Amino acid sequence: MASILTVQNVNKRFGGLKALDNVNLEIEAGTVHAIIGPNGAGKSTLLNCFIGRLEPDTGTVIFDGVSLLGIKPHEINQVGVSRVFQTPEVFGNLTLRDNVMIPAFAKRDGSFRINAWKGVKRETDIEAKAMAMLENVGLARKADEIAGQLSRGDKRRLELAMCLVQEPKLLLLDEPTAGMARAETNTTIDLLKKIAETGITMVVIEHDMHVVFSLADRISVLAQGTVIAEDLPERIKGNPKVQEAYLGGAHL
Amino acid sequence: MPTRNDMLLLTGFVAVVLAAPFLFEPIGAGYPDLLQKFAIFGIFAIGFNILFGLTGYLSFGHAAFLGVGSYTAVWTFKLLSMNPLPAIVLATLFGGLFAALIGFISLRRTGIYFSILTLAFAQMSYNLAYSVLTPITNGETGLQLSQGDPRVLDIAFGRDYGAVLPSSDLFGLEMTGYPGFYFCGAMLIVCFYIALRIFRSPFGMMLRAVKSNQNRMNYTGLNTRPYALTAFIISGMYAGLAGGLLAVTDPLAGAERMQWTASGEVVLMTILGGSGTLLGPVIGAAVIKYFENIFSAFNKSMLGDIFSFLPESLQSGAVSVASLFVGEGWHLTLGAMFVLIVIFLPGGLMEGIRRIGALARRKKPGGGASASTPAE
Ligand SMILES: Nc1ncnc2c1ncn2[C@@H]1O[C@H](COP(=O)(O)OP(=O)(O)OP(=O)(O)O)[C@@H](O)[C@H]1O
Ligand SMILES: [Mg+2]
Repeated sequence: MASILTVQNVNKRFGGLKALDNVNLEIEAGTVHAIIGPNGAGKSTLLNCFIGRLEPDTGTVIFDGVSLLGIKPHEINQVGVSRVFQTPEVFGNLTLRDNVMIPAFAKRDGSFRINAWKGVKRETDIEAKAMAMLENVGLARKADEIAGQLSRGDKRRLELAMCLVQEPKLLLLDEPTAGMARAETNTTIDLLKKIAETGITMVVIEHDMHVVFSLADRISVLAQGTVIAEDLPERIKGNPKVQEAYLGGAHL
Repeated sequence: MPTRNDMLLLTGFVAVVLAAPFLFEPIGAGYPDLLQKFAIFGIFAIGFNILFGLTGYLSFGHAAFLGVGSYTAVWTFKLLSMNPLPAIVLATLFGGLFAALIGFISLRRTGIYFSILTLAFAQMSYNLAYSVLTPITNGETGLQLSQGDPRVLDIAFGRDYGAVLPSSDLFGLEMTGYPGFYFCGAMLIVCFYIALRIFRSPFGMMLRAVKSNQNRMNYTGLNTRPYALTAFIISGMYAGLAGGLLAVTDPLAGAERMQWTASGEVVLMTILGGSGTLLGPVIGAAVIKYFENIFSAFNKSMLGDIFSFLPESLQSGAVSVASLFVGEGWHLTLGAMFVLIVIFLPGGLMEGIRRIGALARRKKPGGGASASTPAE
């Protein structure tokens, strides 16, 4: 299988702190790749370097033959990379329907288009897509509510719908089930599995090992900014380095 | 095609504009000079609201575009024709052009820094109009028509105004009195309709997204800057048109139109009426122009008459306190009004109307469960 995302020698410093220390990573197309690691390991920082939120000090990030460094966040999204954030980022004072229609428009019309005459009400294709996606994540009956008032778990699912409606080639998920109850988490796992079956590539950061082992085809372990292990899920569990990073394997 | 509700809204709006002379008669505002001010500043505020209400960018310099519109219109009268159409078309264009320039630079910053940049540019324009640009603006005297104006189009079409200073006319129909108002009213309707389409369009949705979360927008593949800039230019065109109409109804232009107080006024109109709503800015503009007209007309002797029922000793006190709020001091009344609205009705008068509507619906037996459609 070909790799869709290639990360080479990425370093990132915050003042004296080495948040990413020579990270190398290959994500294979069509797989779910989990990144795990203790708090502060640099997982979110790594994703930030993929989507243009942060610029690494050195290194390269190549997605599908395109360098993701030095181009703008909206351009990165337009080449097919979407992200769910650790702290949900939604359009807080718009309805759920609008929240999902906006990314659908972005996918269809590109990063800027003055589409000022045709009413939103007449964009039935886009609306149907958005509603179907809300249905998928179980939020359809809240379509007319204001996104800012949702619970954290719901916001996360909304954000997931916003990403999925764009049919990205690479979906980056930063703790997609954080703040969700067990039942909700299981629904989300099922949903993500269904999405994974469509062949989309996913990078998932997750603390919940149940989620990780349900989804991941491959796991990388990050600790103090370095990848200390990368392997198949069943082999990661027994890795002594990983158990050490997790303080005696308490999480595993 | 707009939805049925929007057609109703539009029909109602047109009806109110057309019947304005009768509707506003009972409150003493049914005369063209005041009504056309409602219409012109309504246009100014509708445009401002497309920027501020939708994208959340608070410009403190929009009077600059109003001024540019007025100067452009008067120059068009002088050079081309007294017909209002070329004047307002060019005023709109120049308003937009100027907005593109100022917006391009100011939109590099957000929040308070954006506001300060726009304010600085507007004050610069104001000062330039009084200094370097006097050949164009005629400085403190203001730009006026003169008998020596070339008016090449009028000459070409054989219109000769003789020795008198002409007023603007639409193919012979003078833009004073009621025709003047209805011309402005027609423009207001067109502007309102365009705003309605923008509000209901995907583009309008993007502008609301700019206000809501620019980060999310960027990571969603949307380039926020050109959206904000387009909104800025559109609002500049509205302001330019409003400035042009001011010149159509009274063909002179002065730099005081660009002063920061004028920029602040359109902010007040929009917030007072309800920013982000369709009707709010028009209502805000009308309310402010109405009260300005009433309160600034009062003088000491009129106050004396009002308070004549009081004993002599109290009367002079009452008059001098009240006189702070009227005449030149009417801005104090405006300020007080604004403070009250912002504290008690942060959504502006439109929120007040919505609340009253909701209350009435609740009182009506049986009509309780109806889905509340936000008033606009
Ligand atoms: N913008 C920033 N400026 C300074 N330091 C930062 C910044 N972002 C992250 N850090 C630091 O870099 C380190 C890695 O942070 P990061 O958020 O990537 O960790 P993480 O692995 O995602 O942790 P968690 O599991 O808690 O989300 C932390 O020590 C954090 O404090
Ligand atoms: Mg993190």
